[in-house]
Amino acid sequence: MSLLALSNVSVRYGRLTAVRNVSFSMAEGEILFITGPNGAGKSSLLRAIAGVTPPAGGRIDFEGHDITGRSPEDIARLGVSMVPEGRDVFGGLTIEENLMVGTGMHARERGWKARAATELEAVYATFPILKDRRHTQAGLLSGGQQQMLVIGRALMTHPRLVAIDEPSLGLAPNITDQVYERLIALQAERKLTLLIVEQSSTRAMMAGGRMMLMRGGEILLDGDARALGQSEAMQAAYFGYGEH
Amino acid sequence: MGSLLQVIFDAAALGSLYALAALGIALIFGVMRLVNFAHGDVIAFSVFALLWPSVDAVAVVFAGNLPWFLLIPFVLAIGAGLSVLSEIVVFRRFRRANPATMMIASFALGFVIRYFLLMLFSSRPKSISLLPALSQPVEIMGARIPLLQLITITVTIAVLLGLIAFLRRTRFGLEMRAAAENFTMARMLGVRANRVIMGAFALSGALAAAIALILGSQTGTANIMMGANVMLMAFIATVIGGMGSLAGAVLAGFLLGAVATVMQVILPPDARAFRDAFVYGAVILVLIFRPQGLLSARGTKERV
Repeated sequence: MSLLALSNVSVRYGRLTAVRNVSFSMAEGEILFITGPNGAGKSSLLRAIAGVTPPAGGRIDFEGHDITGRSPEDIARLGVSMVPEGRDVFGGLTIEENLMVGTGMHARERGWKARAATELEAVYATFPILKDRRHTQAGLLSGGQQQMLVIGRALMTHPRLVAIDEPSLGLAPNITDQVYERLIALQAERKLTLLIVEQSSTRAMMAGGRMMLMRGGEILLDGDARALGQSEAMQAAYFGYGEH
Repeated sequence: MGSLLQVIFDAAALGSLYALAALGIALIFGVMRLVNFAHGDVIAFSVFALLWPSVDAVAVVFAGNLPWFLLIPFVLAIGAGLSVLSEIVVFRRFRRANPATMMIASFALGFVIRYFLLMLFSSRPKSISLLPALSQPVEIMGARIPLLQLITITVTIAVLLGLIAFLRRTRFGLEMRAAAENFTMARMLGVRANRVIMGAFALSGALAAAIALILGSQTGTANIMMGANVMLMAFIATVIGGMGSLAGAVLAGFLLGAVATVMQVILPPDARAFRDAFVYGAVILVLIFRPQGLLSARGTKERV
């Protein structure tokens, strides 16, 4: 059974259609990159999955639950953790507070505090810089550190699926390398299912895994990142031949 | 020395009132970008909750006869309850509306509450004696300070410390602070929107009720317009403090109280009637130099 399944999902903002009848599914433990030019509808698709912008049509299932139109907090509580574009740290909260915000969703379970503490140590072990500055206000961190913080924050909720929007946005290439290195390692370590949106396909080709290409609100290509990246179809789809 | 001390206490007591009210407005603005103009009417409602409905000039006291240890929780519960009710009945429906629409809805709600009181109690101010023991003066270093002033200041400080502890030390406080900075992100981390917003309304309503108790004891009257002036000053305090910044609202509330009290003392007697004009003049000056407010809210500040 697939972990996440979308069928004919559309997202509209007023009269503008950002995502048009998109269908795809993801298996547990899979890495899926969604790439495509600006305005392709990638972020809108993530927002629909996270429940921030309810889809105008279609159906989204997560682990067999129909989550179409459910609230963001319900979807998060089912195990979808979203890392939105622009990182969105809580700037006035300390690093540790940022990490702890999401653990409240398990507050009804027994022993959640101990588990949150263990989880916190695990995140600190992955990103030691966060531990060194645990009582610093998150707004004072550099872009790369903020990216690590939001990834750590997403992990703190014990998610089944982590969806990340443009983790490389505004980061220097070597910092992006570090972020990806951690991300891929985490995925292997925790059997995470990762859905990553990036504008360029380069990262997807480097990391490997599955890649989908979006353009004009639709999925044009879907396949192995490395194979697709070198194909002519990819180049053509990206630059939109025949439309000039 | 004695008169200076008197001015300081006057300023602190008035500032406390404004700070408590501003805090009530900032708490709600923080989580849902709503400027709740019905706040002043929640204050008035909480006072009238102590009376039995009648249009006579002499108030028919009802819950007001309770001993203080029951009276205070009762009034706080009334304020919190009305505030939460207004969230459920009115503001929840405007969750996705723009801030201007929500603000107009709050005006409308304020009028509904005010005219409801008008219907039951008429517009004539009623004399009440609420916690009369508090009007006794206390002598401190030559100054005669009303006991109520001391209690107002003490209560305000206690409320502020309690609120800080609540926001910093509890899980609910953490969720509220996160939601105030970025509501959508907080929800994507599983923070329940309705719970946080209802919590903010409950706190805000309880603060309004605390003001109602102080105003009621201070003036000895219940008047359906009694919240209006405090509400206006409190709104100004939240603007000067930086919309959404709790610390800013409190700071600006105390500042406004101090400015108003000092003006009362230093203005020539003929100009005292226009004290508020001078206070607003000072407000305009502050906003010219710091249009974002004294302490701008954290959520709007960004790095990178």
